Amino acid sequence: MTDSLLAEAGLLSPKIAGQARALDYLEEEQKRGITIKTANISLLHEIKGKSYVLNIIDTPGHVDFTGKVTRALRAIDGAVVVVDAVEEVMVQTETVTRQALDERVKPVLFINKIDRLIRELKISPKEIQEKLSRIIRDFNTLIDIYGEPEFKDDWKVNPSEGTVAFGSALHRWGFTSGIAQEKGIGFKKIIEIYKQERWQEIQKTLPLHSAILNMAVENLPNPVVAQKYRIPKIWKGDINSKIGQAMLDCNDDGPIVLCFNKVQMDSHAGLVATGRLFSGSIGEGDEVYLVGAKKAYRVQQISMYMGAFRDVVDRIVAGNIAALLGLDLARAGETLVDVTTKEMIPFERIKYVSEPVVTIAIEPKHPKDLPRLVDIMHRIAVDDPNLVSTINKETGEYLLSGMGELHLEIACKVIKDFKLDITTSRPIVVYRESVAGQGVIAMTKSPNKHSRFWIQVEPLEEKVVEMIEKGEIDDIVGRKQMGTVLYRDAKWSTKEARNVMALEEHRNILINLTTGIQALREVRATIISGFRWACQNGPLCEEPLRGLKIKLMDAKLHEDPVHRGPAQVMPATRKGILGSYLTAGPILLEPIYKIGVSVSPQWVGEVTSIITRNRGRITSSAQRGSLTMINGYIPVSETFGLAADMRSATSGHAFWQCTFDHWEKMSKNLALSVIKEIREKRGLNPEIPSPNRFIDEA
Amino acid sequence: MGKLVFVGLGLHDEMGVSLRGIEEIRGMDAVFAEFYTSLMIGLSIEKLEKLIGKRVSIVTRKDLEEGGGSLILQKAIEGKVALLVPGDPLIATTHIALRISAEKQGIKTRVIHGASIDSAVIGLTGLQNYKYGRSVTIPFSENKFALDTPYSVIMENRKMNLHTLCFLDIKAEEKRYMTIKEGIQLLLATEKKMERGVITLNTLVVGIARAGSRDPTVKAGYIKEVITHNFGVPPHSLVFPGKLHFMEAEALITFAGAPEQIKEMIK
Ligand SMILES: Nc1nc2c(ncn2[C@@H]2O[C@H](COP(=O)(O)OP(=O)(O)OP(=O)(O)O)[C@@H](O)[C@H]2O)c(=O)[nH]1
Ligand SMILES: [Mg+2]
Repeated sequence: MTDSLLAEAGLLSPKIAGQARALDYLEEEQKRGITIKTANISLLHEIKGKSYVLNIIDTPGHVDFTGKVTRALRAIDGAVVVVDAVEEVMVQTETVTRQALDERVKPVLFINKIDRLIRELKISPKEIQEKLSRIIRDFNTLIDIYGEPEFKDDWKVNPSEGTVAFGSALHRWGFTSGIAQEKGIGFKKIIEIYKQERWQEIQKTLPLHSAILNMAVENLPNPVVAQKYRIPKIWKGDINSKIGQAMLDCNDDGPIVLCFNKVQMDSHAGLVATGRLFSGSIGEGDEVYLVGAKKAYRVQQISMYMGAFRDVVDRIVAGNIAALLGLDLARAGETLVDVTTKEMIPFERIKYVSEPVVTIAIEPKHPKDLPRLVDIMHRIAVDDPNLVSTINKETGEYLLSGMGELHLEIACKVIKDFKLDITTSRPIVVYRESVAGQGVIAMTKSPNKHSRFWIQVEPLEEKVVEMIEKGEIDDIVGRKQMGTVLYRDAKWSTKEARNVMALEEHRNILINLTTGIQALREVRATIISGFRWACQNGPLCEEPLRGLKIKLMDAKLHEDPVHRGPAQVMPATRKGILGSYLTAGPILLEPIYKIGVSVSPQWVGEVTSIITRNRGRITSSAQRGSLTMINGYIPVSETFGLAADMRSATSGHAFWQCTFDHWEKMSKNLALSVIKEIREKRGLNPEIPSPNRFIDEA
Repeated sequence: MGKLVFVGLGLHDEMGVSLRGIEEIRGMDAVFAEFYTSLMIGLSIEKLEKLIGKRVSIVTRKDLEEGGGSLILQKAIEGKVALLVPGDPLIATTHIALRISAEKQGIKTRVIHGASIDSAVIGLTGLQNYKYGRSVTIPFSENKFALDTPYSVIMENRKMNLHTLCFLDIKAEEKRYMTIKEGIQLLLATEKKMERGVITLNTLVVGIARAGSRDPTVKAGYIKEVITHNFGVPPHSLVFPGKLHFMEAEALITFAGAPEQIKEMIK
């Protein structure tokens, strides 16, 4: 579809658009026929003699790459959601629409592949109407469920308002009701034309790009309109401040405020950081500052995107998307400002709907290549923050975690493209260690025995985990705000709510309940480091801890600072957490996918049995025209090889999507066998350690 | 019946160990030594081994802390073991934990004292033993609060007219030793943050280098002078005097080149 847009902008010859996939410029993307990276283009579109600039980002649809969608949404104000007319609204449609609504990005709908309804399914005009109405209804249901009250009614799509377009990207035609009226053409006529195999004619009367770009220009907000309501959602600073006002107004004369949505290592240009300018104007030589990295820079070069190419420009103004060179520490989600406004509160953290739940081990074929592998892994993790790489210090093994099998497969391909021979293990799932109850108050001593800590672990309320996930409590909002929210919404006692010491990425919270310990301020940072250390590797099988409320109850510290340094405090804190953890009814959590399968009724039995056989469960099964839509949940660990099973059971007729949904407690027996297997693989003692390995006696 | 003897090596080099110490060590089954708590720049292990007629195994902080000293305790359950420690063995609190756990396991322990930096500083400066408050280490640290403690210890001691002995951090593993100049600079930086007027360019301070060696350096004066004084190689220590007794003032002027004005500080 995006190819047709490019063709219109005169960048691609109209002949090859449709097969060219100009925005899918990775060789791998062309080969697999999917988008892996996000691609930017900026183009001009003319309606009735008036020109409009559109900044477009083409994002991947596969669920393994939804992190890229999440990041792209920060930079844009409107989204064209493409739904396949044959498969209708799928799990992934839900995921992307929900994310768009979360960022207050207004969606419109393009229903694609109408040609297939006519030529392959050969369904009647009435059935086509039914199918399209169902898609629109289902899409509006998503807006109803996930939209905010102030927006959802306005944002529901309706063909008569021009917020739905229909078409065929393959045959490069499309229309909205307005266009149909104007040109006096409708479904009946189109079916007729297809019957006569004259579909080439449709692209002349109803060019796809006009349908999509007109729909965008007429129904999606421009930056000045959008920033009015988007800024309060994505930025928690003071709206009445000078910066706040400048962003609300999308003011070209305001201070520079830019939020990065994509960062890439380019072998020639170095780091290319792409982002949306929310206020001010920015040009080469401007002095800027990265709020998160706390580093000042002079902008080396600014460019705008034209498909695979960047065109250097002098300056861009608020509301646009541009690429900046020379900012080595820029990362996706990072905020860039004027050097004069260093104190700016950064944008809301980008919140991903999915987590890296699948891991592979990577090894260079030749040990001498290890430093290069480390370097390349670092590079790809900069490009794609949803890839997490870690080194197992004992085995020297390099681990790479991603959203799914495909995500990792592509990452390995990228590594191999650097001409590095690697071997990879088969994918395994990532687990989390949590607790069912409250542990004892564990006392631990520092290695020199001169300091003691008392620590207690208990489960963090589900509600609080959710609040962390939604970003309602966050280090950015500050201690005080966090305390208020925990007291008011989570009903924490004032003492606990006020004394949160640290939040950890795997949804763990450390609370300081000690009083009157003079040197606590001095050791605070090291206690927090010990807490983070403990949370990285739990005692069951060294998987991260999740959903714990960890309370520092008391501490006795050595008099002298050198005897209570990090080497003393960190291990003692960690031991206290792990010790109390083991007495709190440890449980193992596994990642669960939501799965949606669309298949003709004759295969429903097969599909159901594949899902249930793999420890999954079916939540609904509904008729949608000639297809049945089966929804359910399935453990991620059971999905490796699912594609092959599904294909052979349904002769390739099932269309299905998975998306990460939640963490779920494993049954005891299953958990024990997983723990045993992981411990073995990591070269750990087969037995789970007992609490007194960590807890000391007085 | 096992036995664990803590032997102080005294100051500077192997000549600091007492005759009693040497005699005791000679009767041992195993001899360990640690050098991470303090620095003996003149010491050579070969000379020490020759002097005591025994092989010495060096233990690290890790061996003693993370291993809980089991390396030493295991040997001491069966036989006689000595742990050689710079200075006086139990002045730095570190080894008390080991001694306690030895006794709990039925190992008899004994301490043979050596000269320590504490007594050397008193002797070299003439600042009287009776008038010191809490001592404190000035740490090498990334932590921005780590200097708060030495700063407030000096402040509290001074309120009570007491002297403060400041040890300067060593990172034996990295061969890093804090110098008098670095210690003072860290405190001046802390003063900037705290603004209580405790450490200024006109604060009286005494720097001591290489106590216990043949050529110790002792220099008393205001920070602005002492900070540029060449103290030579470490180890270094610092004293922040409280109110001075007239004997103390005279000693500082005589032994440490203090300016005559310090007589005004006599109480
Ligand atoms: N019959 C038919 N096939 C289409 C149409 N549009 C796209 N396709 C085919 O569907 C496949 C995917 O097309 P893409 O344009 O890559 O789809 P996409 O949504 O960008 O996919 P991702 O970016 O990978 O999520 C290709 O094989 C296309 O040829 C259409 O209108 N009709
Ligand atoms: Mg695509």
